[in-house]
This record gives sequence, structure tokens and C-alpha cells, in this order.
Amino acid sequence: MSQPTLLNPQQFLARKSFVELNARERAQALLDEGSYRELLGPFERLESPWLLLQGVVPQADDGLIVARGKIRGADSVILAIEGQFQGGGIGEVSGAKIAAALDLALEDAKKGHPIQVVLLLETGGVRLQEANLGLEAIAEINSSLIALRHHVPVVGVIAGMVGCFGGMSITASLCSYLIMTREARLGLNGPEVIEEQSEIEEFDSKDRQLIWGVNGGEQRHATGFADYVAEDDVAAIKACINEAFGRGIPTRHRSEQVDDYLKRLAGIDVSYQLETSEVRKLWSNGENL
Amino acid sequence: MNEKPISTRGRVWFEALAGKPAKHVPSVPSVLVADTMMEKERVRFLAIVPDPDNRFPCARQGQVGLQEGWNLAKQVRDVIKADESSEKRAVIAIVDVPSQAYGRREELLGIFLAAAAATDAYVSARLAGHPVISLLVGHAISGGFLTHGAQANRLLAFNDSGVIVHAMAKNAAARVTRRTVEELDQLAEAVIPMSYKIEDYAKLGTLYKLIDGVNVDSPEPKQVDQVRADLLAAIAEARSGQRDLRNRLRSKGAQKNRSATLVVRQRLAAEWHSNETSL
Repeated sequence: MSQPTLLNPQQFLARKSFVELNARERAQALLDEGSYRELLGPFERLESPWLLLQGVVPQADDGLIVARGKIRGADSVILAIEGQFQGGGIGEVSGAKIAAALDLALEDAKKGHPIQVVLLLETGGVRLQEANLGLEAIAEINSSLIALRHHVPVVGVIAGMVGCFGGMSITASLCSYLIMTREARLGLNGPEVIEEQSEIEEFDSKDRQLIWGVNGGEQRHATGFADYVAEDDVAAIKACINEAFGRGIPTRHRSEQVDDYLKRLAGIDVSYQLETSEVRKLWSNGENL
Repeated sequence: MNEKPISTRGRVWFEALAGKPAKHVPSVPSVLVADTMMEKERVRFLAIVPDPDNRFPCARQGQVGLQEGWNLAKQVRDVIKADESSEKRAVIAIVDVPSQAYGRREELLGIFLAAAAATDAYVSARLAGHPVISLLVGHAISGGFLTHGAQANRLLAFNDSGVIVHAMAKNAAARVTRRTVEELDQLAEAVIPMSYKIEDYAKLGTLYKLIDGVNVDSPEPKQVDQVRADLLAAIAEARSGQRDLRNRLRSKGAQKNRSATLVVRQRLAAEWHSNETSL
């Protein structure tokens, strides 16, 4: 597992923020120069058929960029969610784009032509205006991802600022490798949802220290839920992606480590609210796994 | 914790179907597991039920939490391993899950990974050739459903107002979208995926069968037999069909109400290998 690295002042000044880029710019930044080829781009106008019915303006790419190209010369596809559109919520079209691309990558891998897959996750989960079709799309994405990752590694990146929540946090956890920045958050239920569904004592959604302590990239990396924590820098994120692909298909994916996690859970006292630092001590990255 | 009425439908149907001759498999109290025979089919039944003494306070009313996700994963993986070199038995998920567990402990200890582990186990069982069947007897909401139920080769549901598939419980959705419950119902008439009615969910083409005429809360023996026959038919279909979820896309409902999904799949496949950029 990589250790978080601090940038020296020159590096800090030279860095190029990844978080500030939109989905298309992110995909362009990660692919080798001149190799970018967008599929189902905005001029094809494959938009959500459900949003206008609810008075919401749809977007011509439904907030999901599919980009083929090369990463260090290797055939790759980037599936980038646009967090600025509907909070990155997964609708019928955006979800179908992801699931279909994963299935096509699987077909290619089975034919002996592996294509590296990078998911740029910036999403609150199901887009509520498309409720059950968003939910179904996520189920299909997860199914396709599990089938694919035995043939070719799938790398997930949560850069921020939206983070990765709801059903898509399950997708993130199914990736072969997960990269987060310190600005990124990961959770099944966001703090607001927990406060709403349970009570403020369970989770005070205004307590920023608590939020970052629970959901933040540094904590997720320290407790083994993410493989890399990267600076908000295009080069740093690229370096993590390259290292992850260099490791190949994991011997055991995190979601397959059932006995280890059951043992870990059994050994933890949950009769009181745990401190984030306690969990770090108990579950330091990769320990016993 | 908000006091919510605790549903007993999961246990009712687990006991009705797994029955007395079933061999109960040791597990945590919130995850019921039993092995049984249905005619010539070996079946493992799984259900999530409320456990008022659950050591995770936010998972006491039947929600899918850490223990539920990881234990489901274990019970399904045990079946895959046990049947590695024999006929793959069927795995049937009885689904009545109000939601995932909304708690701080859950987030800190990675409920998303527990959900991923159960998802992975169900998908791996399906890909290995096990018929994976889900019977929706109550709520199938959001992350709860994604974890337990959504990955079946064949989904069956009772045509009953208490059976609900959705991304968010109705009251919460009304609050979040700043609509009244009545407005939500009205909207669902035009926007089918927003509907809380199982007949509308069936129109999306994901269901293999909508089962009519069953008293879901206290079924008569004759009705239980009917459901057994439906499950056996689903198992037979799953055995002869493909192992991925594409059967859901070939349904009449999908042709009509998921046409955008089908267009995306068709056009992306066409552009995937072409060298022309669409930009």
C-alpha cells in the first residue's frame, strides 16, 4: 500500500488540480496525448427521457463521459461521472453507459484484448428523479464490474468534491483498486441522510471534523477501504493509476475477504460510538489481510 | 432512532417456504439461513429479519447493516464452495428490507464494503451457475435491496401494496424532493420509475413474475404451494438461461420502458470499435 506523500513547495506550485476539472477534462487529462476518443458524446443527444417530465433540464451526455484512449500506451476506457450535473446522480442513461461499457470491455477481454478501465466516481448515488431505473442501473453496473474484474483490473478514483455515496459506494468498493484524494469522501449514507433517518446524536452533519474523520480519503486509506490517497494533482493521480494497473488483478479482492472482515467485526466493541482514531488503530491499512 | 413498525413478512415466508424439514444453518439472528429440498432441487434460503438485540443499534428493525452484509456473503460463498464439483444448488433470497442501516458505526466500519461483499457473493454464485432467485415479500429499498435481492437471475414479487421497490422510502423522498406524498404519487403516473407501486415496477421488465392472489401476511398452505411451484419454474429457467442480467433487458417491459437503455447499449457497441470520434 502506498504511503501518503507530501509535496515540497516547488511541487505544490507546479501541481495541476484534478478536482477542479470537469468530467471531460479529467478524462482528457488521464489519457495519453492525442489518444482521446469520446463515445456517445453530447452531439448524439442521448439524454434522460425522464427529467423533462419533472421540469428538470436534461444534459446531452446525461453527465457521463465515455472516453477511449491509451494510458501509457495501453488501451483504456475512462468512465467519468460529471458531479456538476444532478450531483452525479445515476440515471437510466448515465447508468446504462457505464454498464454497457463494462460489458463491452468484458467481451474484449474474453477475446484476448484487455482494456484497462478507470471509473471516475463523483456521485450521490441513485438520481432520485429516475429512482428505480437508477437503482436497477447500479445493480447492473455492479454485476458487470464483478464479472469484468477477474479479467482486467478496474481502477476507481474518487477525487471530490461531490464524493461517492449511495449505491455507487458499493461500486467503488468492488473496484480492484480505489484511489481517493484528501478532498474526497466515501460512504453508503451521507452525513445528512444519517442525521435525517436516525438522529443528530448519531451523526451531526454540520460537524466537519467528524465528516472528514469518517468519510474522508485519508481515513478511508488508513483503515484499508482505499488503496491510495493522492494529492489533488493530475500527475499524482496518474502515478497512482499507473501503479495500480502495474499490480495487475488482485489475488483476492477486498469484497472477497469475508472471513477476515467477519473476524475484524467480531473483535470490535460497538456498544458506544467509536472515535475515528480508534478505528484507525484497530484497522490500520491492510493489517492481517 | 425513529420507531418504525417492524415487518414480520421475511420470517413468515422464510418459515413457510423453508418449512420444518429444513436444516437451519447457524448464523447471526438477523440472517436466517436454511437448506432444504423443493422437489428435486436443493435450495438454500436466506432472509434478513429484525433482531431487536442486534449489537448495532441502527440495524435492529431489519435493515441491512455490517453483520447482515458480511454474513450473507459468507452464507452464499459457503454454497459456492460446497458445490464446486457438484450440481449447483439454488439460492433463494426472501426480501423484506426497509433500507440499509443508517449509522455512524456502519460508515466508520465500512457498510459499503459489507454491501459489496454480499453483492459480490450473489453475483459470483450466479456466474458459477447457481440459480439465484429473489422473492420480494415486503420492502426492497435502496442499498438494502442492492445488497440482498437485486442480483438474482430471476426476480419474483407479490402483487401486494406492501411490496415496494424503491431508491428511498416514501416519506424521506417527499422530504428530500420537497413534495407531498400525494404529489409523489401523482408524479409516478407519468414517471414510472418513480412509482412505489409494484405493478409499475413490473412495467420496467426486471421482474420474472408478479404473483397474484396470495395473502402475503398469513398465507394459506395452498398459496405457499403455488409460490413453491413459481420458484421451481424460476429455477428451471435460470438453469437454462444466461448467467448475466441481460434477460432483464430482453423483456417486453424493458423494450417499452427502458428504450433509452437499449439505445445506449446498441450505439455504444457500434462506436466501441470504430475509429471515428463522435466529437
